[in-house]
Amino acid sequence: MITRTATIASSVGLHARPAAIFAKAAADTDLDITISLGDEEADAASVLEVMTLGAKHGDEVTLSCEDDGAEAALDSLVDLLGRDLDKE
Amino acid sequence: MPDPTDLTVDPHRVLTGIGVCAGTASAPIVLVSPAPGVDEDEPPCTDPAADGQRVRDAMKAVADDLTARAEATDGTTRQILETTAQLATDRAIAKAVDKQLKKGSGITRAVHDATATYAEMLAQLGGYMAERVTDLMDIRDRVICELRGVPAPGVPRLEQPTIVVARDLAPAETATLDPELVAGIVTEQGGPTSHTAILAAQLGIPAVVRVNGALELTADDRLAIDGGAGRVIVSPTDDEVAELAERARRREAALADSHGSGRTADGHAVPLLANIGTADDARRAATQDVEGSGLFRTEFLFLDRDQAPTLEEQTETYTTVLEAFGERKVVVRTLDAGADKPLVFADQGEDENPALGVRGLRLSRAREDLLDTQLEALAAAHRATGGDLHVMAPMVATVEEARWFAEKVRATGLPHVGIMIEVPAAAINARHLLAEVDFASIGTNDLSQYTYAADRMQGELADLLSPWQPALLAMVQAACIGGAETDSAIGVCGEAGGDPLVALVLVGLGVSTLSMAPGKVTAVRAALARHDLATCQEMARRAVAAPTAEAARQAVIDLAHPEVLDLL
Repeated sequence: MITRTATIASSVGLHARPAAIFAKAAADTDLDITISLGDEEADAASVLEVMTLGAKHGDEVTLSCEDDGAEAALDSLVDLLGRDLDKE
Repeated sequence: MPDPTDLTVDPHRVLTGIGVCAGTASAPIVLVSPAPGVDEDEPPCTDPAADGQRVRDAMKAVADDLTARAEATDGTTRQILETTAQLATDRAIAKAVDKQLKKGSGITRAVHDATATYAEMLAQLGGYMAERVTDLMDIRDRVICELRGVPAPGVPRLEQPTIVVARDLAPAETATLDPELVAGIVTEQGGPTSHTAILAAQLGIPAVVRVNGALELTADDRLAIDGGAGRVIVSPTDDEVAELAERARRREAALADSHGSGRTADGHAVPLLANIGTADDARRAATQDVEGSGLFRTEFLFLDRDQAPTLEEQTETYTTVLEAFGERKVVVRTLDAGADKPLVFADQGEDENPALGVRGLRLSRAREDLLDTQLEALAAAHRATGGDLHVMAPMVATVEEARWFAEKVRATGLPHVGIMIEVPAAAINARHLLAEVDFASIGTNDLSQYTYAADRMQGELADLLSPWQPALLAMVQAACIGGAETDSAIGVCGEAGGDPLVALVLVGLGVSTLSMAPGKVTAVRAALARHDLATCQEMARRAVAAPTAEAARQAVIDLAHPEVLDLL
């Protein structure tokens, strides 16, 4: 299993547009990626689950995937979370 | 007597409601269908894999439809539709549906229950998330319709000028309405201050709300509506259609010369201003024939977000608004939130009676930091633009509150400070409150709500919220007397000021400026131009002396110039 950590850079947290952009990017990888905040886990490709995770600006989240070929995909998602998506 | 419900006998009939936007229309109708909900007769699921695929196909169809509609629009509407489309194919919903199907739930029941769990989670998160519940419910209803093979709920795409008939219109439903093709709006519920009414007024679409029997109309019915009189004629005769067209023509004629600054027939100036809520509103309103903004609601900067807007962000927005109006007056209302409009970053706990709770200036006193930043941003925008900026506080009830606010505003160097009068206590005690500030603006919507103990959002109480109610007029009178004694200007920025007849009464009572939805200014200006101040004062005397709302309105109609009746 591959894991990566990322810090939420969006000023409004992983809400609304940022959540939608992130979930779409996760869905486009065609991989089963989990995003977790503390003990809460969510399907990264589901905007609904990502929103209900309630990750705020500055929160550290973990991305994980069972597929060993997912390194590049996770790295690009980490990069996405490190940008202020609400401003884009 | 013929049975009025037997349409085969005589389809022609007249329904009445509350006119919320003047103007007339005669057109075919479209019924905004209510969602059909769960199919109670469906069999339990025996093949979860097959049913799961059916649900996924239905979700895909719904998403495709929303995407196609998104591509036909732009701006905010497009974003709303695109986000909703993404939600429609959400994997989590599909997986939750699978779980329900494996438990043996019928297919529409499974969709219903799977979405309900997420709706609850979103609702608990509050703010922006809670508002997404409406989107999720919309998706649920559309998917269920797709599965049941019935037309999707909501407003269908319009092909020709059409009167939209609904129980009430939700914000999501109105987002995709094409104002060019909506000839009129008729709803069974709602009220003069409901979402539908405000939208109609903004767009200038003739509208009648609280129409008993609206939902019994059928798709083949033709309607003629009179948004001023609150009349809805089903299967109108040619004569009736001609009469309404004549009314529309007279209304247009009465409005033809209405431009420039607001004044009575004898030249008494009454500046006519626009109510705005965003920087976009400001830019739009500033291009119209208005003398400034008498109410800039600043809530939009604060609602639906996790953190308060920064000093820089606020300064930028206020500067944009002041620049849009140039040398014209702009009255900014400081943050009016709390209780019924909760803020994530300023949670004051649950209120048993939100309308009577910690809201308006009361929230600013509990969270002084929010007000300080806002005033600092306003002062910076004022310095940057040199605009004619006036700042007022919402929900002021006591002299101490008025004094506290005035000291703060003056300390930032802002030139004009005022208060809203929307609590009866402030109206009755106006002369003492006004001794502390420079001006006041009466919020007739809340003043009605508090004077008549009637929730603004309760459609059934609409008659209590009529601007003609004598006790409301007495409150306005009390505030104006306080204004005269202290030599302070009193404005009105509630819905009442946008009604051409009520506006005459307000001016007669001593109100010096009127602020309203920009679309209403032309009719109010036309009404003022046809009456001298003495007539307005006589109208005010008779309206205040009338025992009932109906009698007050009639007394004013009796004195009004006949052409003004064409404006209603």
